[in-house]
Amino acid sequence: MNVPAELYYSKTHEWIRMEADAAIIGITDFAQDALGDVVFVDLPAIGDTVTAGEAFGDVESVKAVSELICPVSGMICDVNQALEDAPELLNEDPYGAWIIKVSPVEDQEELLSAQAYAAFCAEEE
Amino acid sequence: MKLIFERSVPGHGTEYLPPCDVEEVALPPHLRRAAPPKLPQLSESEVSRHYTQLSKQVYGVNCGFYPLGSCTMKYNPRIDEEMAALPGFTNIHPLAPGYTTEGCREVLDLAEKLLCPITGMDAMTFQPAAGAHGEFTGVLLIKRYHDARGDHQRTKIIVPDSAHGTNPATAAMCGYQVVNIPSAPNGCVDLDALKAVLGADTAGLMLTNPNTVGIFDENILQITQLVHEAGGLCYYDGANLNAIMGVARPGDMGFDCVHLNLHKTFATPHGGGGPGAGAVGCKAHLARFLPKSALMDGQDDHLQVRSFHGNFLVVVKALTYILTLGREGIPAAARGAVLNANYLMRQIRGFQPAFDRICMHEFVLDLSRFKKETGVSALDVAKSLIDRGMHPPTMYFPMIVHEALMLEPTETESRQTLDEVAQVYGELYDLAHQDPDYMHGAPHNAPIGRPDEVRAARDPVVRQKL
Repeated sequence: MNVPAELYYSKTHEWIRMEADAAIIGITDFAQDALGDVVFVDLPAIGDTVTAGEAFGDVESVKAVSELICPVSGMICDVNQALEDAPELLNEDPYGAWIIKVSPVEDQEELLSAQAYAAFCAEEE
Repeated sequence: MKLIFERSVPGHGTEYLPPCDVEEVALPPHLRRAAPPKLPQLSESEVSRHYTQLSKQVYGVNCGFYPLGSCTMKYNPRIDEEMAALPGFTNIHPLAPGYTTEGCREVLDLAEKLLCPITGMDAMTFQPAAGAHGEFTGVLLIKRYHDARGDHQRTKIIVPDSAHGTNPATAAMCGYQVVNIPSAPNGCVDLDALKAVLGADTAGLMLTNPNTVGIFDENILQITQLVHEAGGLCYYDGANLNAIMGVARPGDMGFDCVHLNLHKTFATPHGGGGPGAGAVGCKAHLARFLPKSALMDGQDDHLQVRSFHGNFLVVVKALTYILTLGREGIPAAARGAVLNANYLMRQIRGFQPAFDRICMHEFVLDLSRFKKETGVSALDVAKSLIDRGMHPPTMYFPMIVHEALMLEPTETESRQTLDEVAQVYGELYDLAHQDPDYMHGAPHNAPIGRPDEVRAARDPVVRQKL
């Protein structure tokens, strides 16, 4: 399982890349593997506000529909529209296929380091 | 395959009707069609072949093994159909004079009289149209009970995370907040998790027992007692009653109300949109809230969830089934269902049960390790079963098991069939290790491959331009 060291993680299997002006959010390799083939992504709109710990959209796989939980609070400043036509990008390249960008980030839940997240996943299995 | 409209050839048809011997009456011009309807033009043999060909592309319990877990796809005896087709039941209307409908009322009364002791309930309604509608009715009974007591602070319904998706949906539709509790490692209710969420705001608990992994919750008496002590009521989801009918009763387990899927447990046909029948039974303290038809007694202060008596003919079929099996046959069917599930679980080679213990009427295979080894998913195995002439089991449910395949053989399968099934599963287990790519592409022999299910659900084509 791929857990890039430079990212932060939530216990609901989202990854966060903290940049100077925004937080970029996607789902982890563990998440895409557990979901199976992703067939639809329900994306929020640019300008929506999100709250840490609450859903900002959902992903539908051949198994089920699962909520995407936002690890930070703030305003959505960008959405990866490519996922609308190509949801399978989440399976093919989970760390390249970001889902939303949040800026400004007003608050965030407790995030895990790569090492802590890898240990957390090992426990989940 | 062509649509019937695409098979149409101008001039084809069958003239069976004799010349009209009634004087023609012209409709007023504004009611007349400007052009004749675009009906397909086919001969009788063409129509017959069209529908026969369609029926060959359908897979039902009459075609072969159909172990759709949690759906109880048991064989529906033909005698049920015969009884439901009796003219005395079909040529009748709920508003016909009472002396002409006595037989129909007797069917409803007798069905209630027989189903109450099977479930341990005191009263029953047959109004709900099917399972989810029955759930909705059952939870409305709970709501009315609390409302009648002026107990308005109870806003939450507790649902375990192994529940059918209809449970939380039902609670939400009834205006309740859904509280999801995690299951214990053995797949049953986690008592500590339950205690942690019980309180003065608890309206009730929705529970399926045996649960969705096919395990009878051994703490059931304690569970219902805890809910009652908190002031809540307990709703029994009858989805899995087939495992215990005539053997154990929801009423004795402490449940206050129950829904039954007559179209599962009591062998009336289902699938393809019904009609089903979601009878709802309750203990005496809820009986006054049961739905009735306002048209039947002229009062409109009671709950009504559907017109008149619901899907009456489905009740006729269920009653026929109960009377045919009788006092000995009903528990024998339940025992047969449990025996078949356990036999099949032990005969299947390779794939691992999610819970390695004696199951009830169904069991769940956990393919997560298998998928890691081979790359072949539960979906691939399900699709490969179609090539072997079998209906796939339920997949990816319940959610607490990853890569789940859930099999419910039911009591109406023979040992020979179960042996053949186990053989096929073993062969697919081997094939996955030898040629996983072949399984990724399955089904190879079906009329269609893997349809785009998401597009079908989100962007359905329901009209054909002629």
